Amino acid sequence: MKEEFIISAYSENHIGLLNRITIIFTRRKVNIESLTVSESALSGISKFTIVVREERSRVENIVKQIEKQVDVLKAYFHTNEEMIFQEIALYKVPTQALMESDQIERMVRKHNARILEITKDYTVIEKTGHKEETQELFEGLNKFGVLQFIRSGRVAITRSANERLSEFLAERDALLASIEMKSN
Amino acid sequence: MTAPSKEFMEMKQKAMQITGAEAVIRSLLEEGVETIFGYPGGAIMPVYDALYDFDKQVRHILTRHEQGAVHAAQGYARVTGDVGVCFATSGPGATNLITGIADAMIDSTPLVCITGQVASPLLGTDAFQESDVVGISMPVTKWNYQITTPEEIPTAIAQAFYIARSGRPGPVVLDLTKDAQFGKVDFTYKRCEKIRSYVPEYPLDKESLKSAADLINSAKKPFLLFGQGVVLSGAERELQEFIEKAGIPAAGTLLGLSALDSEHELNTGMLGMHGNYGPNIKTNECDVLIAVGMRFDDRVTGDVKRYARQAKVIHLEIDPSEINKIIKADVAVLGDAKKSLRMLTRLVKKQEHTDWVNEFHQAADIENEKVIQKDLFPVKPGLTMGEVVRMSSELTNNQSVVVADVGQNQMAAARYSKFSKTRSHISSGGLGTMGFGLPAAIGAKIGAPDREVVAFVGDGGLQMTIQELGTIAQENLPVKLVVLNNHFLGMVRQWQQLFFERRYSFTEMVNPDFVKIAEGFGIPGKQVTTREELKVAMKEMIDNPGPFLLDVLVEKEDNIFPMVPTGASVSDILLSAEE
Repeated sequence: MKEEFIISAYSENHIGLLNRITIIFTRRKVNIESLTVSESALSGISKFTIVVREERSRVENIVKQIEKQVDVLKAYFHTNEEMIFQEIALYKVPTQALMESDQIERMVRKHNARILEITKDYTVIEKTGHKEETQELFEGLNKFGVLQFIRSGRVAITRSANERLSEFLAERDALLASIEMKSN
Repeated sequence: MTAPSKEFMEMKQKAMQITGAEAVIRSLLEEGVETIFGYPGGAIMPVYDALYDFDKQVRHILTRHEQGAVHAAQGYARVTGDVGVCFATSGPGATNLITGIADAMIDSTPLVCITGQVASPLLGTDAFQESDVVGISMPVTKWNYQITTPEEIPTAIAQAFYIARSGRPGPVVLDLTKDAQFGKVDFTYKRCEKIRSYVPEYPLDKESLKSAADLINSAKKPFLLFGQGVVLSGAERELQEFIEKAGIPAAGTLLGLSALDSEHELNTGMLGMHGNYGPNIKTNECDVLIAVGMRFDDRVTGDVKRYARQAKVIHLEIDPSEINKIIKADVAVLGDAKKSLRMLTRLVKKQEHTDWVNEFHQAADIENEKVIQKDLFPVKPGLTMGEVVRMSSELTNNQSVVVADVGQNQMAAARYSKFSKTRSHISSGGLGTMGFGLPAAIGAKIGAPDREVVAFVGDGGLQMTIQELGTIAQENLPVKLVVLNNHFLGMVRQWQQLFFERRYSFTEMVNPDFVKIAEGFGIPGKQVTTREELKVAMKEMIDNPGPFLLDVLVEKEDNIFPMVPTGASVSDILLSAEE
């Protein structure tokens, strides 16, 4: 059964690595629903957050293939329930619509959205939340004609207390030191 | 003595500066490279120019096509265990390497391929002979990297060798822009010893080894499958000691074959689609299946839903992504095969499974009667591939390095060669690359100059890389080339016969006179059609101190059996087309 999974990977910040990771999905004809890459808490280490709808066994396989890439430090996957996640959406609506009634203002309050910029032609509204939430606001605002709309990929963190990336790196150093390589 | 002047120090400093191109060659020497296979061209010319001054330290083999260079590098790597190195220029030079790189990727062969690239300011401009080599090679390399400055060269090469040879080996591509080759660098070299994002192998886990030993100790019908992982980790002796102590019959994958002496009493033969009868049917009768350094390729497993369902599976494997990929392991032992087997041997009880081993012997008798005797002692006058291969094996006392191309010739070579030494069987397994055989034999001969190298190729595969006869001639390499010539793309024809109602769609070949072609390259050869001629000519071939091409006209429409048809279970293996 296909379900939604969040794949997270820590990697070196190297050119081309994004391609190396995405072709793992392409080769298996698995669609990426959303993708976010940015620097992690440690400088030089990137974090990938990839959302897919797939069968668990396929996701397991994909995650192992990601981790197998030389420049990837660690990869794992979680169900939505196991993580706290958000997306951000920006909406551009005509300022005229805001002037004519208080409905947009009410919507902004109700959805915990905020206004980023107002010009005489347009107003930019920002909302963070799950996709259903940003979508719901979109549909509300679209009654007044959304001029532009953009939604980010997902960012997610686990429910464990801290990221422990630096501890992980220390453990990795110990692991590498413990392997007596055949070339030596 | 006065201190050296500032000018002198500056001069000395300048003298230690070398070009990026020279840094490439010096880095390769630091890695112990003795042989490079390659083909020059515009974007790699500075490297070739630097190479010109190092002809005493490193041997460069000029192939006739870049595909020949990469397959030769593979043959070299497979026979020596060292990293195979090849050079190619940008654009078409680099793209011509791709088949061999993909082959090396799926067959875990360590390669470092250095490709020239247009100067960095021209990247992305569709410059002459520019192609996105990093992009193209990404899915088929263990690692790749574009070098655009001379300073990066030593580090990138050190990492390339470390990655190519450590853990599960594989091919690495370094794409080197022309300006990085021309630029100057202060050269110092340090071998790479670790990369923090890369765990080449995991340390042994005692718990899983203990669980594995418990399963093995209580097994009544244990069966061991050995793959190329045994060869790659140099675990041949450990494998033998393990099966001898625990009394376990064993069978090899195509790439694992020469890891265990063919005549060893516990070696029950080859697994897979055209493997031996016993190993295939017993896979579905054993109670514990121990897979060592193999990846359950579909040519080995047949239908996975009907594969060893009755057995507990123990998987000894260096690559975590292979665990549970195809066959779920009841016990997975991550790590290097040599270390795992050594530890496991200590943990298992000394046992014999005489009745169980005898069942393999009985299966072997059935196969011998129904298949092998017919192949080796045919009643028909036409020559079989099997008898040709076996004759070569006997004439070289099972000591030769056997290189095979792909198809029926490959299966005959695997089935009827006997091996008494490891790293003696070189063939394109995972990718099934026709044209692999001839250039791989070149690399194998250079890697093992004191061993007899016999390559079995079909008439189809030979014509895919036949130009490499030129390389053999130029280097005067005593490669023995046996053409198993049936004027057909034999394996495809066999499938057409068995599964496509004998509709021989584009598989029949009108061939040139291969002996004359060889002669054109200055390589002696003979064509034979009868048993009497064969024996004489093969002796002549073996005794000939130089290269030789033996064109053997074999039975046109022979089939390779046994056979596990696609989608069938290993236990439904067919011994003949009539079944």
